[in-house]
Amino acid sequence: MKNKPNILNLILLFLGSLALLFIVAPIIGMFLDTSPNELFETTQDKEVQQSIWLTLSVSFISTIIFAIAAIPLSFLLARKNFFAKRFVLGIIDLPIVIPHSAAGIAILGFISRDSVVGKVAAGFGLNFVGNPAGIAIAMAFVSIPYLITAARDGFIAIPERLEKAALNLGASPTRVFFKISLPLASRNIISGLILMFARGMSEFGAVVIVAYHPMITPVLIYERFGAFGLSYARPVSVVFIIVCLIFFAILRLLAKEKHRK
Amino acid sequence: MLQLKNISKRYKDFAVKNISFIANKGDYVVLLGESGAGKSLILEMIAGLVKPDTGEIWINNKNITQEKIQRRNIGIVFQDNTVFPHLSVKNNIAFPLKSRKADSKTIYDKVKQLAEKTGISHLLNRWPETLSGGEIQRVALARTLSFEPDCLLLDEPLTSLDVQLRSGMRSLFRTINNEGITIVHVTHDFEEAIALADKVGIVQNGSIIQFGEPKEVFHKPKSKFIASFTGIKNFYNAIIKSDEVLLLENKIELIQALGKVQGSGFALFKSEDVVVSKTKLDSSIRNNFQGTVIDMEPTTQGVEVTIDIGIKVSALITHESSLKYELSKNSLIWIGIKATAIHFIEKG
Repeated sequence: MKNKPNILNLILLFLGSLALLFIVAPIIGMFLDTSPNELFETTQDKEVQQSIWLTLSVSFISTIIFAIAAIPLSFLLARKNFFAKRFVLGIIDLPIVIPHSAAGIAILGFISRDSVVGKVAAGFGLNFVGNPAGIAIAMAFVSIPYLITAARDGFIAIPERLEKAALNLGASPTRVFFKISLPLASRNIISGLILMFARGMSEFGAVVIVAYHPMITPVLIYERFGAFGLSYARPVSVVFIIVCLIFFAILRLLAKEKHRK
Repeated sequence: MLQLKNISKRYKDFAVKNISFIANKGDYVVLLGESGAGKSLILEMIAGLVKPDTGEIWINNKNITQEKIQRRNIGIVFQDNTVFPHLSVKNNIAFPLKSRKADSKTIYDKVKQLAEKTGISHLLNRWPETLSGGEIQRVALARTLSFEPDCLLLDEPLTSLDVQLRSGMRSLFRTINNEGITIVHVTHDFEEAIALADKVGIVQNGSIIQFGEPKEVFHKPKSKFIASFTGIKNFYNAIIKSDEVLLLENKIELIQALGKVQGSGFALFKSEDVVVSKTKLDSSIRNNFQGTVIDMEPTTQGVEVTIDIGIKVSALITHESSLKYELSKNSLIWIGIKATAIHFIEKG
């Protein structure tokens, strides 16, 4: 028997639809306002192509490099109890809650030529400011909490008994980590990596302070908007959104496929 | 040989105290106790998953108290499923061998041999999520046996299994034990203990309160707890001779109604199921014996009378009955045991 529509459900449905529309409407509007011709021309624009490539590649590399430290940290946070653990967990959430322009200022102070890190890097002939390496650091700063949190949740979900059983079977702690803990948490870790990558490539506030040039796409969109107006910024935005969506879909599919295997 | 010397571990609200016992090579030791008595913690300390506060654990004349888990060569099969869900059955069994860097031929042969032994050859390419509880436990067992542990620890390995699957697993444990592997098996199931143990330790509130051969422990319980936990003093080696006859301790033949024609194990019946009389009863009871009272012990429920009929039989009667029949040591009396009151537990 079909349930009678009740008032509460109707209200929930109405409010829910409004929230959904709020997210979808501006994006659909932007797509509708962009002609296919404009889109095609934008895809041919060398500056746009370079910025998209730079954004994707820097975010990807930054995610991979910072994951090497973030995943072990997630494991420690999941498995060990130590003094001030709650405080450490709070620190990890910090990049999410502070304004990203402020995060950019903080990172700039940390990697500029006057800082210790900057001086050491300069010794190797590397200047972070205005460099893809600086962009990678800014992207990682704002996006690393997503990976740490997801991976930590993944490690927490593994019964500790499985790890103890593996030790009992003669595996070293290193082998247990790589052969048991890491594969079992892989779904969460991959989710976290995708989130970190996505958050990194969409970052504007922190990156624009650390490196206006070379221009990542969010900065390019901002620059086109400032210099030429909405109609010049819109096609770039649409192209970037499409590229992001395609990339996302592929990554999600690959992750799903890997899990099935 | 496995030896525990005064092992203790204290937690905020629970402690295991002064655990000592010896399991000789090839012994099947069962630690029997209620849930929360500390049995599993004892196993975890032997395996190295938990470090004791005091005491020593020795295996083959080597002190392994501070040895790392992975270097102890002690296998443990847990009550809950610890088969790795992301590895096939084959790779689960091979895991310990790969950890020891065995070559692929050795791994292949060993996996095949253990799968045959544990009856899971047809499951080798399956994933754990597709297996039943009984199959999972067999995989866990095969995996643990693959590195040829000096001692095998079984933590309530049958609890999560259906009754039908348990006897198959029991005989598998027996077979493994008969090959010379020392087993320490933890359970709260009295029947499991009887069926498997060469030595049994009764665990209560974090201590082993009695340790010895099952007959000794169940026949002469040192405390009321053991008596009430096991509940049965009439406990004998038994062989089913035919569909009617059960031979106890190779001495006394009883009429049985077990519905079995052969088998060996243990027969048990409760003290309250033994009827006492001055003369031979004319009743439906078919097992009637004359014997001498050799002991009388008052209990909260009445008087526990021990009668020698060639074997010792315990009968629980009321104070009034003991007065009525003027029972005393050396009195000659008749006892009757109903065939339907006899319980039989097959060995292994």
